[in-house]
Amino acid sequence: MHDMSTHAVQHHAPPTSFIRKHVFSLDHKVIGKQYYALALIAALAGMGLSWLMRIHLGWTNAAIPGLQLLSKNGAPGGVMTPEYYLQLMTMHGTIMVFFVLTTAPFAAFGNFFLPIQVGAEDMPFPHFNMMSFWVTFVAFVVLMASFFVGDGPTLGGWTQYAPLNAVGAVAGPGQGLGVVLWATSIALFCVGQLLGALNFIPTTLDLRVKGMSLMRLPLSAWAWFITSCMGLTAFAVLMPACILVILDHVAGTSFFVPSNTVINDQLLPHSGGSTLLWQHLFWFFGHPEVYIAIVPGIGIVSHILVTNMRRPMLSHRVLIYSMGALAVLSYMVYGHHMFVSGMNPISSLAFSFPTLVITIPSTIVVLIWVFSLYGSKLRINSASLFALGFISMFVSGGVSGFFLAQPSIDIMLHATYFVVGHFHMVMGVAAMFGIFGGTYFWFPKMAGRMMNETLGKIHFWLSFVGTYCIFMPFHYLGMAGNVRRYSTFVDDFLQPLIPLHRFITVAALLTGAAQLIFVYNLIHSRFWGKLAPDNPWDATSLEWSTATPPPFDNFGGQHPVVYHDPYQYGVQSSTGDYVMQASPEQVKTEHEEK
Amino acid sequence: MSQADLTMEAQTTDLTIGPAFSFPTKKLAIWLFIIADTMTFAACLVAYGFLRNGTPDWPRPFHSITNVALMTFILLSSSLTMLIGLRSAKAGDKAGAFRWTMITAALGIVFALLHVREWLALINEGMTLFKNPWGTGLFGASFFSITGLHLTHVTCGVIALLVVGVRYQGGRYNADDIEILGLYWHFVDLVWMFVVPLVYLLNLAH
Repeated sequence: MHDMSTHAVQHHAPPTSFIRKHVFSLDHKVIGKQYYALALIAALAGMGLSWLMRIHLGWTNAAIPGLQLLSKNGAPGGVMTPEYYLQLMTMHGTIMVFFVLTTAPFAAFGNFFLPIQVGAEDMPFPHFNMMSFWVTFVAFVVLMASFFVGDGPTLGGWTQYAPLNAVGAVAGPGQGLGVVLWATSIALFCVGQLLGALNFIPTTLDLRVKGMSLMRLPLSAWAWFITSCMGLTAFAVLMPACILVILDHVAGTSFFVPSNTVINDQLLPHSGGSTLLWQHLFWFFGHPEVYIAIVPGIGIVSHILVTNMRRPMLSHRVLIYSMGALAVLSYMVYGHHMFVSGMNPISSLAFSFPTLVITIPSTIVVLIWVFSLYGSKLRINSASLFALGFISMFVSGGVSGFFLAQPSIDIMLHATYFVVGHFHMVMGVAAMFGIFGGTYFWFPKMAGRMMNETLGKIHFWLSFVGTYCIFMPFHYLGMAGNVRRYSTFVDDFLQPLIPLHRFITVAALLTGAAQLIFVYNLIHSRFWGKLAPDNPWDATSLEWSTATPPPFDNFGGQHPVVYHDPYQYGVQSSTGDYVMQASPEQVKTEHEEK
Repeated sequence: MSQADLTMEAQTTDLTIGPAFSFPTKKLAIWLFIIADTMTFAACLVAYGFLRNGTPDWPRPFHSITNVALMTFILLSSSLTMLIGLRSAKAGDKAGAFRWTMITAALGIVFALLHVREWLALINEGMTLFKNPWGTGLFGASFFSITGLHLTHVTCGVIALLVVGVRYQGGRYNADDIEILGLYWHFVDLVWMFVVPLVYLLNLAH
């Protein structure tokens, strides 16, 4: 079998031209950085949109200077119309979920570090890998283009519920061309992520070096592997769903539009479709997507924590099994997004039960972290702080999930800010903290220079406190009956909540501004940071055995051999309190990963 | 496995662990593609079933199974010729492998032509993506999307068969590549086995 096994691995020579080196690169490390840059740009765009929305929510009639330049009809004189508010909201959600939370922790870090952590030279199909990034890039361009064509981007929310997503321009600004661009962008994005999964899974299974058994893979590698398995099946469902939406627009079909639909006093010519069908197709993808965003974060955070605790997790295996259980269960719970959609109530019960079950592996993961941390002498640095912040967000956001899992309570809370607070904390900010932690931890290896720790810690505390100031009040707003997706609050019972909205707006502006410290730190360290040693954190996994930054073929013309389980900390060896995976040194008290 | 065993092995054998399932990475990749594609077809077929169940006036316009039976027979035969081609390739019979791959491609083309002829007949009867003479317009939408998706797969498969066959004869590809392409081709065949009962037989006139 040997001749066949090496067949797919491309032993390509280092490229010399600028284009091949930095633009259409086949090198997984460059592709990882490209994904990271894309995610960074997308995150800043998404954050800018949230600023605009928050200002409008706090001071409804205030003109935002210059906004009319972005959209003449959407913001005449700089004052946002309700439709434009929804358009910004849709783009904020779409950009953040797809182009930040999926690309950064999974595609960016995974591309850069998965092959190195298993000891491979590259992914098995570098051309697919390159296509994966560039298709994703085109998807982003197509999405952003909708700001500038026709009457702007779609206003249907990142979930694009039917029938609004299928009836065309009659439903409001952006519902014609804007939806077509949205669906095209997301279909392309699916192709990009499918190509990525086609590389990640064989990398993990086939390209491990000698001695790297599956249980010797670091937790981050396990997380990327599990995530790619989810991506393979989830994106393959969203893609045809998007194509059906496009057909409804351009080919006159009515998959998602029921008969006798009247919108804006106009009887639509469509007949026979189903609005619920879209929700089934979308959420069958959408719920695994939540875990596609968070599982890499779980892996990255575990990897950071183990390194800084200087001792292994309470249980390596159970953490891996829990991530696997999250992945499997994530397909069985999607209906909990549809409790108020008019499904059969029995379906609601059937989806409520696994939703409660999925809290078990999540709780196990958190308990393993907490009990592993208990009594450890955690090294405090920006990466470990953000890892702790991740746990905090994951718990605070996760606890409200227990309530929302009950259909009877969810019916009350579903359309309120309670849900917005829930998913922003547990999926949005938690995953962001995973990205930040991963950046502070891996930046030295990726860029060859250290980041500024003081700025990192300031960034952490401002983000941590700021996040709680923004999203904790959301829960209160929700319980007070503050509906979501409204651009203004004119009802009597909502008026008293406006001061709280203003507080949140100020917190959001300040927390957003604090992210500029991170961007400054990133750019400044990239060019002027202290040169990084090969192993700045005294870590054990393979990415720290190679040079900084890693050579083109990752290990300088040789394959490392793995002798140890991934996290041999707290042992006595010649290097100190740890033994690297690739070190042949035998130590007395080796941990068996259990 | 103890550390000593691994150290021993590392010294005596090759340095990469190699494929997990003792088959080539490319073959793993095509299986992964098939998993993803299965999800795509499943999504379309489930959507079709969802819409069909929810529509009282679902039309049943097919009067004969002759054409679809012929198409099925041809596609099934092409799976057989694909297998014969693979067996020849494994046995080192290059001419035979090339010949049977080309026959498979030819059968694929015949299938596609019969399919297009059937489409044209339905279009002539007034069926489009959004309306037809017999009932809900969803029938045409789902029929054309599902069979269109399948026809796209057949077309891509025919192109791949021609390319792989020619390159195999030129010496650039080997029996593994024929096997990997064969997996795809059998998958396309298998999907048709779901399309026929769900889209054709269920919609036969009483």
